[in-house]
Order: sequence, then structure tokens, then C-alpha cells
Amino acid sequence: MTDAVTFRGVSRHFGSVKAVDAVDLSIRDGEFFAMLGPSGSGKTTCLRLIAGFEQPDAGHIAIFGEAAEGVPPYRRNVNTVFQSYALFPHMNVRDNVAFGLRVRGIGRAARHRAAEEALAQVELAGFGGRRAGELSGGQRQRVALARALINKPRVVLLDEPLGALDLKLREQMQEELRSLQRTLGLTFVFVTHDQDEALSMADRIAVFAEGRIRQVGSAEDIYRRPSSRFVADFVGSSNVLPADLAGAGPAGRWASLRPEDVLLDPAGREATVTARAFHGRVTKLTLDFGGQALIALVPAREAVPEPGATARISWDPARVHVMEPGA
Amino acid sequence: MSRAAAAPAIFAPRAGLAAGLADWVLLHPRMFVFLLVLPITLWLGIVYIGALIALLIQSFFSIDEFSGMVVREFTLKTYGELFRPYNLDIILRTVAMAAAVTAAAAVLAFPIAYFAARYARGKWKALFYIGVMLPLWSSYLVKVYAWKLVLAREGILNWLFAKAHLTWLLDAVLAIPVIGGNSLSVSYAGTFLVFLYIWLPYMIIPVQAALERVPGPLLEAAADLGATPRQSFSLVLLPLALPGIAAGSIFTFSLTLGDYIVPQIVGNSRLFIGQAVYTQQGTAGNIPLAAAFTVVPIAIMGLYLWGARRMGAFDAL
Repeated sequence: MTDAVTFRGVSRHFGSVKAVDAVDLSIRDGEFFAMLGPSGSGKTTCLRLIAGFEQPDAGHIAIFGEAAEGVPPYRRNVNTVFQSYALFPHMNVRDNVAFGLRVRGIGRAARHRAAEEALAQVELAGFGGRRAGELSGGQRQRVALARALINKPRVVLLDEPLGALDLKLREQMQEELRSLQRTLGLTFVFVTHDQDEALSMADRIAVFAEGRIRQVGSAEDIYRRPSSRFVADFVGSSNVLPADLAGAGPAGRWASLRPEDVLLDPAGREATVTARAFHGRVTKLTLDFGGQALIALVPAREAVPEPGATARISWDPARVHVMEPGA
Repeated sequence: MSRAAAAPAIFAPRAGLAAGLADWVLLHPRMFVFLLVLPITLWLGIVYIGALIALLIQSFFSIDEFSGMVVREFTLKTYGELFRPYNLDIILRTVAMAAAVTAAAAVLAFPIAYFAARYARGKWKALFYIGVMLPLWSSYLVKVYAWKLVLAREGILNWLFAKAHLTWLLDAVLAIPVIGGNSLSVSYAGTFLVFLYIWLPYMIIPVQAALERVPGPLLEAAADLGATPRQSFSLVLLPLALPGIAAGSIFTFSLTLGDYIVPQIVGNSRLFIGQAVYTQQGTAGNIPLAAAFTVVPIAIMGLYLWGARRMGAFDAL
């Protein structure tokens, strides 16, 4: 089966800044793919390269096997949900959603019918006559989604679409996006700096840093088996410590130990509590473990030692992931 | 601890009249706003609107044909005079010129404004502002007289056309009936060029301001949804720039409607509204007719704004 999007050695430089640097990437047909990374890591530029807003300085991009270099955005069967939503302020919601059909010459009646259907799909039936400015952030987001889906694109690109929403709405939208993607069977490419979002929504995740992809894999892979210290730290703020100190490998290698895998255990080894913060469901302990800083997330129901006190800790060695040399 | 306890929770009032006044302003925001708008309201209300009403009243008076005295009785006779063929020609001529200048200014201004709004940064932006505004810093009369020399038969434009062996082209333009003439400096084409030159900045600046407010992702979104560059322009960019074009056209249109110097210096001797007002209130001493002529641009601008509003020019505001 042909991949939805393929990058072969793709680079995009802005002056001396290598926004995207020799990236190889394959996004499969029908998958929910997340590009995760800190700001300035090149994930958004990659999305813009797929949309056609940027052209690569080197390398090849293919969309369903067809070369995309030099193809302007309007000739790509790919649609984007913008971070700022980019709804047209001089049009009502219906005309916004129907825009893609209008520029393809679909008649007014047909495109209005299609727009109402698309709005119903994102649970905004009856909102067609309103102005974009009259909608809440969450509603605008749905309009932007309906507008992108109405063209029945081969790939849907989402640029931090949930970034501007509050927590509760964000969680709700995450589920809706996911189920929408499953129902439609479309390829979704999703850019986010929020690792929870990437882990909970994506089939596969690419972790970006400094214009390069550090690791590609399933959420489980990325979380359980980070390939580098950067990935371990960025995804889930893992403890990165020498493998021998973790008791799981030879000296000279690094190991990742998830904070929730650090357990309070009366029979365990000694560590000093340097800080404590209550987070509701868990309590976050910062520990000094033989000169190595260690974070532990302890379920709130457990009794937790005061800062300055000694805690006894242990972990299951199977939970420790030892990274490749030099990672 | 004791030091913290010694610090007052409320500080002592500041001394002095200015400080007292500032405190009063802080505590009476509505009164402050009232005082702020009072002078401008008086100015607009009395000096501006008041003068306009006085003018309007004058236009309903008439002149006694024998004595040349103003008859202070309300009548529509003066307005009737506007519809005499000679006066109607003046009005139509002026409106046609104002419309042509406005349309040409919009077409010329758009690419310049687009460049300034989307691409110019830092030094280039400063250069743009200076380039557009600089002509406004020099005297209007000097510029118009300079244009008379440029456009004259012995002027530099003729010379340039001759050097480029394009005199035939210039002659062809001058041979066109109505807009042509003996030379550019005594033709409607010349009047049009000078109007276009002096009012162009008033179109560029509002269009640039409107384009500046169009978020970049909007054009990307249009292209993303399948709009060709031409469709992006007509369906997204132009509608969003329309308030700016409308604002600019109010300037170019009304300034051309009211001007009496440019057509006097560059052009044939046929009158424009401004010149008609000038002669009626001066040499002819017919203040009511001058006032009636003055009401024409106001009425036309009113209609124009109403039409622009109806067409949705201000929807994107």
C-alpha cells in the first residue's frame, strides 16, 4: 500500500536556520500521525511542506506516491486546520465551510447543502447563518474542521488545533477528533507540543528536535522505550540516569525511569526528599538519590515524607529502559 | 515583622493642586470623559456643522436678477438653476473626473499597498512611508505648476516621447476626442494625471492599513481549500481590502469633487464644480448659487457612502 506522505531527505532552511534538516518520514494511509516537539523543532514547517505553503530546499516529498515539489497548495488534495482557525471574517459560517466547494465551481444550492451536512458532522447544525466572530473558540475550531473536511481531502493537516482551548474542551475535542478520524478513515497529521495529546490520540508519533526527527513509533514505544535522553525527557519528563545507578545495565549507558515507576518502599534504597508538590491525583517528590536528582510521582493516598526527610524507594528493573550507547 | 507592621496600609494623600486634580479624575471617570469630549463636540457642533447649516440655508435663497442682491426668502429656484445645461455639464464633468481618478487611484494603489503591507519590513517599510508621504510635505501649488511644465508641449514628457520615437503614441492619445487636446497640459487627460498624482497617497495609506489587518493565514487557508491565486484575490483579499478602498476613495473622490486649482492650471478652460463655486461667490457675487453648487458634492458623497454601505464595503470592519 502506498504511504500517504513520504519525505526523503527533506530540508527547509530559513537563512542560517535549519528549520527542517534532512528528514525522512513515512506517514501511512489512514493513520492518525502526530508530530511532537518543542517550539522551533521543525514540526510545523514539516506540516507546511505537506500543505505546500513551503517548498523544500532539498529532498523529495510525495503525497500518495505523487511528487509534490513545486506543486502549489491549491493543487494538493490536502486540507489544513489552522492553529488560528483562519476563518474568513467577511463570510458567515456556511460560506466559510462551503468555500472549498465554491472555488471548485459547485453551485450554491449544492454547496450549501453539503456545508450543512459538514456542520452537522461537527455538531454545529443550524449555525450556518452566524458570523465567525460570534462563535466561541471551540465552535470556531469545529467550523475550521468542517471547512477542511468538506473537500474530502486525502490528508487532513492539523496545526495545534486544540492549543487555544481550555482543558475540558480540549479533552472532549481530542476524543471527537479521534472518533471522526476513525469514522472517515482519513489520514490525519497532527502537530502538537503537548505530549499528553500526542500520546492519547496518535497511532504513531514522530518526536522532533532541532529540525530533525529523533524517534518515530507508537505511543507505547515512545513512552516505554525512548531512544534518546531528549525523547525520554520531553515525553513524560522521564528520569534519565546512568544505567548502572538504575541497577539495570552497564556503566556508560543512560537509562530512562518513569516518575510513576518510582515507588515508596520501606525495604528500598535511601533518598533525600528535596521538594514536594501536591498535584491532586499524585504528589510529586523531588529526590536526591546519591547525587542524582530523581522525580517520583506517588499516588495521593499514600503517606508522603516531608521535604528534608529520608524516603525509601525502589523500582521494578523491568521498568527501566536502557538506551543505546551514545543516545 | 515589626517593620512590616509599622508600614501604613493606606498612604497619605499627595499634596498639591495637580495631584488633587489627578485623584479627582481617577475617581470620576465619567466626568473626565465628558471634559475630554467637550471641546471637540463644541468645535464640531458649532464651527463645523453650524457653518454647514448656514451654507445650506444660503442655498435656499435666490438672487434678484436686476439688483444682484440676495433675496432672503426660501425658494428652490437656485437649485433649479443647477439643472440648466451649462451647470449640469459642470456637475457631470466633475463627477466623471472624480470617478475616473478614484478608479485609477485604486488600481494603482493596490499593488503598492500590498507590497508595503505583506512584504516590506524595517528599512523598506520606512522607505515606503517616506516615499508615499514625501510629496504631501511640499506645496500643492508648486507641484501643480511643476506638472504644467512637465506636461506642456515644450515640456520634458514631450521631449522624452520624442527621444524614444514615441511621439506618434502621444499624438494618438491627444487626438482622442474629449480627453485629448493641443497638449497634455491643456487636456482632460492632463487634468486627470495631475489629480491622480496628488491624491494617490490618500488612497495608498488606507488600503495599506486595511491589507495590514488581513492575517496571513487567511490567504494560505484560501489556497489550501483549492482557491487559485485569482480566486483568493477576488473572494478573500479584495473583500477584506474593500473598507480601505472605500475609505481611500472617499478622499480621492471628494477631494477631486471640490478642487478648483488643478483644473484651472492644467486643463482646458471648461469649469469644474470648485471653479464654479469660486466664480459664483467671487466675480458673479451669486452666493446662493455658489452654496447650491457646494451642496452637490455633499449630496453625491452621501449617496456614494450609502451605496458603498449597501454593497458591503464596510462589512469587514
